[in-house]
Amino acid sequence: MSAVIDVHGLRKEFTVTKRSGRLRRTRHRIAAVDGVDLVVERGETLGYLGPNGAGKSTTLKMLTGVLMPTSGAVRVCGLVPVSQRRRLASHIGVVFGQRSQLWWDLPLRDSFELARHIWRVPPSEHAARLARLRRDLELDSFLDTPVRQLSLGQRMRGELTIALLHGPAVLFLDEPTIGLDVVSKQAVRAFLTELRDTGDTTVVLTTHDLADIERLCRRLVVIDHGRVVHDGTLAALHERYGSRRRVLVELDEPLTGLEVLPGVTREAASPDGRSLTFSLDGSGLTAGELVARLAATGSLRDISVQEPEIEDVIARLYAAPAPRSSDPASPSGPGSAISGYSGSAESRTSSAGAPGS
Amino acid sequence: MAERLAIYRRLIGAQVRGQASYRASFILDLVGQLVAPAIDVLAILAVFRVARTLGGFTAPEVLVMFGITATAFALADTTVGNIEKIREYVRRGLLDAVLVRPLSVLGQLLALDFTTRRATRILLGAAIFVAACARAGVDWTPARIAVAVLAPLWGAVFFGSVFIGAATVAFFWIDSGEFANGFTYGGRDFTSYPINVYSGVFRRLFAYSLGFAFVAYYPALTLLGRPDPLGLPGWIAWVSPLVSLAAALFAALAWRFGVRHYRSTGS
Repeated sequence: MSAVIDVHGLRKEFTVTKRSGRLRRTRHRIAAVDGVDLVVERGETLGYLGPNGAGKSTTLKMLTGVLMPTSGAVRVCGLVPVSQRRRLASHIGVVFGQRSQLWWDLPLRDSFELARHIWRVPPSEHAARLARLRRDLELDSFLDTPVRQLSLGQRMRGELTIALLHGPAVLFLDEPTIGLDVVSKQAVRAFLTELRDTGDTTVVLTTHDLADIERLCRRLVVIDHGRVVHDGTLAALHERYGSRRRVLVELDEPLTGLEVLPGVTREAASPDGRSLTFSLDGSGLTAGELVARLAATGSLRDISVQEPEIEDVIARLYAAPAPRSSDPASPSGPGSAISGYSGSAESRTSSAGAPGS
Repeated sequence: MAERLAIYRRLIGAQVRGQASYRASFILDLVGQLVAPAIDVLAILAVFRVARTLGGFTAPEVLVMFGITATAFALADTTVGNIEKIREYVRRGLLDAVLVRPLSVLGQLLALDFTTRRATRILLGAAIFVAACARAGVDWTPARIAVAVLAPLWGAVFFGSVFIGAATVAFFWIDSGEFANGFTYGGRDFTSYPINVYSGVFRRLFAYSLGFAFVAYYPALTLLGRPDPLGLPGWIAWVSPLVSLAAALFAALAWRFGVRHYRSTGS
């Protein structure tokens, strides 16, 4: 059984014309996607993450048959996306946030009925799936409302429904929570979590929203400047970029003479010495061991453990220069990441204007 | 095949229902559609207030050409004219949503933007055509009846091909503006008059290189039983269907090439 998505050396170049002088224009070739390898197995939920212009949407378009790769090999559900576009379309569901699949002027219900014919779904199958989606996404209150009158959150639930009505093997979501309010975001995430945990639909979602990733994706692929800079779990990302858990403690009296503990740094202390912040790099003591040591001093009043912020990690990652080697797993410490910051923001804004964003 | 057509019929049905939700605008449009051709007819009649003939043709004779053109163009405009919306689809990236459905791109675009609003023009064009033939005193023979029925149809194929061929420009040139209209509406205006009133390079380009002479001018000569003032033999009228087929083939190739180009360059 081969992988649902199998991508090797995927590359997409665009020609960008820039005005230089009054009439002269210069043309540049920009690689929006620059050698991406990706293998996704059935049932995986993959978060595809990256800053604006990193090549997320462009990759998704190449996987769905919308864009032809400049080079590289792509197979989705065993099909070559562009040349077998129509066949592939029956096996995948797509939610491109800004490009609706719904009929603007018709009641939501009508779009679902049209989808049944477009994807040629047998009526009984359609009815069963629609009933389930109506329940899970709570569509009933606006099923007869014209799509143009729906709120963004309602419309997004409609988009998810129409993408899933033909029972696709892979669901592609481009920024599914963008612009949604907190409640709608949570509804969409809860639904996708449910989808992930039941059945074997493969889900690939691009996002800016790190909370989407934390909630939904066990596997995370970070892309920057068209290259994969991380492929693995969130925990692996934290480890690689040296993010630290912090232990905040309140003491009855200032701590005296705590010897140096392996893997623990004292980051901050209040002037009276009674509230302290320790950070753990994971190489020595665990949080539990540290707390046990502190408790042994007898003056421990309160503790809290702070998980590392994914935002911080990602910010560090984006600031790092794109790795030149084809091995994304090569270790690069946080120090080198920060030192590579200069100038890379500049080049990013220029590529953000490239198509596919 | 029949199943496919049924899907497109449903898409058209959905589009018509969607438009029906804007009833007032729909009725205004139906009426408004009649104004422009009426003004075109008045313009031709105005010319004949100062000149007895135009390129050797009387007012009813010119209106025979105008009638064929108007009917053919309205037929093409109703069925494939909405392809000009491709500009919006490409510019706003909406084509992506079309490409992820298991249907043909062209078929979807035609069905998704289908509008009956232009249909009234077909009736108006046909009415002008029939009236002009009566006034021009066409001597009806079986061959001429065939030409009268078929000329608007193959003219529609020709104009439809022009619509699709011109629309493909949008794939290569995102901000193509009114360029395509120069060939569609411009071509219609060209064929509404006898081509011998145009001169030189312009006539050679539009009439023969692009083939617009075969839409209305040569069929009208056959109906009127007149020799070509430009000296081409009488059988040339029967080339019209071939010209339309060639145009359709060219448009189909251009379209395929355009979609492929879009997919290799992106929105």
